[in-house]
Amino acid sequence: MSHSYVPLLFFAGIGAAFAVFSVMIAPIAGPRHYNRAKLDAYECGINPTPQAEGGGKVPIKYYITAMLFIVFDIESVFLYPFAVAFDKMGLFALVEMVLFILTVFVAYAYVWRRGGLEWD
Amino acid sequence: MSMVGALDLSAVQALVPTTDNPVADFSDTPWWLSLIKALFLFVILLVQTLIVIWFERRVIGRMQQRPGPNRTGPFGLLQTLADGVKLALKEDLTPKNADKIMFVLAPIIAGSMAFVSFAIIPLGGEVSMFGHRTPLQLTDTPVAVLLVLAVAGVGVYGTILAGWSSGSTYPLIGGLRSTAQVISYEIAMGLALVAVFIYAGSMSTSQIVASQSGLWYIIPAFFSFIVYVITMVGETNRLPFDLAEGEGELTGGFHTEYSSLKFAMFFLGEYVNMFTVSALATTLFLGGWQAPPGIAAINDGMFNQGWWGLLWFLIKLWLFMFFFVWLRGSLPRVRYDQFMRFGWKFLIPGTLLWVVAVAFIRGAQLSFLGDNTWRATIIVVGVIGAIALAASWVWDGQRAAAEEAADRPLPEEIDPFAGGHPIPPMPGQTLREPERVDAAPALPEPVAASSPSPTTSEDTSG
Repeated sequence: MSHSYVPLLFFAGIGAAFAVFSVMIAPIAGPRHYNRAKLDAYECGINPTPQAEGGGKVPIKYYITAMLFIVFDIESVFLYPFAVAFDKMGLFALVEMVLFILTVFVAYAYVWRRGGLEWD
Repeated sequence: MSMVGALDLSAVQALVPTTDNPVADFSDTPWWLSLIKALFLFVILLVQTLIVIWFERRVIGRMQQRPGPNRTGPFGLLQTLADGVKLALKEDLTPKNADKIMFVLAPIIAGSMAFVSFAIIPLGGEVSMFGHRTPLQLTDTPVAVLLVLAVAGVGVYGTILAGWSSGSTYPLIGGLRSTAQVISYEIAMGLALVAVFIYAGSMSTSQIVASQSGLWYIIPAFFSFIVYVITMVGETNRLPFDLAEGEGELTGGFHTEYSSLKFAMFFLGEYVNMFTVSALATTLFLGGWQAPPGIAAINDGMFNQGWWGLLWFLIKLWLFMFFFVWLRGSLPRVRYDQFMRFGWKFLIPGTLLWVVAVAFIRGAQLSFLGDNTWRATIIVVGVIGAIALAASWVWDGQRAAAEEAADRPLPEEIDPFAGGHPIPPMPGQTLREPERVDAAPALPEPVAASSPSPTTSEDTSG
């Protein structure tokens, strides 16, 4: 079925070409007036905050969210083959999947209890 | 099997598909026709984007009792085009702190990835094009819906890279927030789709549409539909979930530093994403390009043939677009912690329970659990689900209340300078009057007299 991905590549190619063309044409089409203040970071007119080395620190909440995303996204992707083959696999798939969801649910309850889902 | 069981199953058997492969037949579609269809689809999307921005501004205008754009072209239809040309003629700035390569790459990712998912959306049935019979769909694969989720995942890079590469504070916070928001709601979205796959037995979009000819999945998977509609608003960063660019707090969010056509790419990406999620909702829950049940029955399904499908598809698609605008016109922005709380504590466990419930109901329909167990299963599943949900809410509510109580034991009277800097009293508290400096310290005399320490110090000093 590799043939079915060829039109997808056509479409992605057209989209990418359009985006690249637009981004490339922008500096040519627009005017250019140098002004040092314009190139500073925009902070509503006040002097911009100095940038920390290497981007600075990021709140740990975002990291935890990303980690949890990996756990649960993988879970939902694992559920897809089960869902598609559900009719053919019968009771076995049903029991297996309930066990799988229960296992992840334990992790979920643990994260919840430890405050991993709080956002303050 | 008894008569009642047979009646119950009649609606279900209409849903049972024959295969999990796409039903759309691309065997008579040469590559050049695919290319033409790709171009055609691309132009349709661009034109629809131009129209929907105008549509949004006009409808919002009506909702706020003002006319909206009405000067450029008939009814102001060319306003978006004029705005696009204006953007192209603006100066293209790159801030001096920016990471130059990523700064250019981010709008390209955002602008191009938004389009890709639309390739697998079926816009209609088979039609004749240039002497070939071809479906009104660019392509379809056995894992088509998974592809949409994958492309949405790549699209997030546009946001996070834009925020990070700008070298500026607001875009960084906006980009992080937006990313956390999108990935959080992507989980609930992915789980909501499982119910549809269980019913359809396929991830191919054309197969899902075909298996809805008996019954649209909005009915058997209604909770999935509700969750999907909520998450699709969260996914596209639209009001009431447009926290990434809450103007009051973050100016413009992740694209604060972008100007000219680079900004236009983010703008375009957002609107094309709206079309993509709406089209997927139409395909998965509202029967795709099929005519509504009453009309579909007319004249042996005449209105389900050929180009008619495009009409029904566009009607359903634009109902969703109106819904987006309606939301924007009616609802205020939610707070970020409320938004994340709702996503992680309600949508995800709720959808997981729903998936289990659907699996049991479907299993009972197919007699996995024994004959005539459908009604019993529905009742048992419903009761268990309701109890579990209520228990988790009560538990969380109690925990939150306990934390609240532990956090703030409010004394009746506070000393405003106790912490070294003045603090105002909470409601219901009274301020302790600060002691006057020139007044003598009110030492309790008997203690001072009986204490041995003053005597000792006198001895050493003397």
